[in-house]
Amino acid sequence: MTNAARPRALAATVALAALVLPWVVARLGPAASYMLNLSVIFAIVAIALNLLTGFSGQISLGHAGFLMLGEYASALLTLKAGFPFWAALPASALLVGAIGFLVGLPAVRLSGNFLAVATMGFGLAVPEVMLNWAGLTHGSAGLMPKSPTIGGFSFGSDVAYYYLALFCLALVWYICATLLRSRTGRALQAVRDSEPAALASGINAAYHKALAFAISAAFAGVAGALYAHYVNFVSPNDFSIQDSFLFLAMIVVGGLGSLPGSLLGAVLLTVVSQLSTSLGQFSIILTGSVMLLAVLFFPGGLISLARRRRPTPRVPAPLAQRSAAGGS
Amino acid sequence: MLELRGVFAGYGPILGVRDLDLTVGEGQIVALLGANGAGKSTTLRTISGIVRPMAGIVTWNGRRVDRLPADEIVALGIVHCPEGRQIFPGLSVRENLRMGFFSRRDRSAYGRAEEQVFGDFPWMRARAGQMAGTLSGGEQQMLAIARALMAAPRLLLLDEPSLGVAPLVVREIRRIIEDIRRSGVSVLLVEQNARMALSIADHAYVLEVGEVAIEGAGAELREDARVQERYLGIRSGTGAG
Repeated sequence: MTNAARPRALAATVALAALVLPWVVARLGPAASYMLNLSVIFAIVAIALNLLTGFSGQISLGHAGFLMLGEYASALLTLKAGFPFWAALPASALLVGAIGFLVGLPAVRLSGNFLAVATMGFGLAVPEVMLNWAGLTHGSAGLMPKSPTIGGFSFGSDVAYYYLALFCLALVWYICATLLRSRTGRALQAVRDSEPAALASGINAAYHKALAFAISAAFAGVAGALYAHYVNFVSPNDFSIQDSFLFLAMIVVGGLGSLPGSLLGAVLLTVVSQLSTSLGQFSIILTGSVMLLAVLFFPGGLISLARRRRPTPRVPAPLAQRSAAGGS
Repeated sequence: MLELRGVFAGYGPILGVRDLDLTVGEGQIVALLGANGAGKSTTLRTISGIVRPMAGIVTWNGRRVDRLPADEIVALGIVHCPEGRQIFPGLSVRENLRMGFFSRRDRSAYGRAEEQVFGDFPWMRARAGQMAGTLSGGEQQMLAIARALMAAPRLLLLDEPSLGVAPLVVREIRRIIEDIRRSGVSVLLVEQNARMALSIADHAYVLEVGEVAIEGAGAELREDARVQERYLGIRSGTGAG
């Protein structure tokens, strides 16, 4: 009973803390509030990337690209197509998810380093396209999406936006957790663990790999849309390959294949990278050092600190049982 | 009944299998023997749709299956248990079994299928929640077989089930294969352990560099001088050499 109750109590505590957090952080000034909101948005990206890398075994160095596509999709849908934010957000998710599926198709035949380079190429291409497709995107002048409103209430303030982003994070988390427990989720993990065995079990590995890309991209698209309507400015300089590496660092530091780990890594690395932006290029060195230390000392990610070692029950070998029963 | 006629298959320019004819009858255990690189695994992968044959046909109960994707072949009852203990180490024992059930439409039959597997492998019941990666080598091999059984095979393709496991486990696996056949399932068994394979096979093929070199009933091959010398390590009485 207590074994099941403990994580639930912890989750409740974390949820409660998350609800009062923006009021505490607001006392530290607008920079802290910005950092908090960015952490929540980046946590969505980290979960998205962990779904792809940690749970289905495919690396991506192009998630900054998906994030940017989400930004532009939502900004353009609201500004040029007249969508309300509440329709543009899910529409951006679907759109970026569809693009993710297409990116995932060639990735189905690639793995490891080759997949890293292919997705990196995608990540590098997106800002270039946004810069040069000026007729649609206004190039480097950028777009200025508005803060979302509901009725007469505007999500223009840091605290209000925090709750919006937190709601999206909770939703993405819930969808991921449900997905991972489902038949499809097990299939993703099976393909990660052993592709030959997955094929032999009748799992369409190619489809599930592309599906993982699609879902991951869709969530990154949600984060992009949230970011765009938070900072109210979208430009091709928003995210770069460095951010793709930062997202990867988040899940490695936090814990591959762990949803709480994604959150932990996202908050830690967002804070480290934001606090060190004034240091210029040294920021990357600092982020790199955090990653290096984490990998050296906690190869399972920071989340491995929280996991108690589960003792595996000592059970007599099956053969001993059988030969005792069989007698011959 | 499974039939291969004139099958050529391999990877890129390298042919793993040349002009292979092979038949597995209803309820038979058929052994496929040969050295490393003889084309045994390629044959199994071709049957299960992981590798496409370049020429030749594969039929299953009269229906051509050589152009079907792997997941549809599993749904037809041809289930491959790949070599090298290909389990899902990051999933629990039960989740591994669930993956074996993946292609089945009769979802409600899961409980019954699992009970049946627990009947064959009693130790799995108590350890259903254990991470499969923490099982011993022999246990992982048995889990791989159990997972294949969850798919309700009519034909089981077993690739080197005795590879790298203790002699006691080999005996256990041998017993399981015989049980599987007794339940009416055909088995195509790829083995380097020719002694074990020939002791239970109704029929056997010996592959040498992608072609059938010797073929015959299991008992017949056990007495074959060439098989004895090359695969059973028995010197025939023709003197030194």
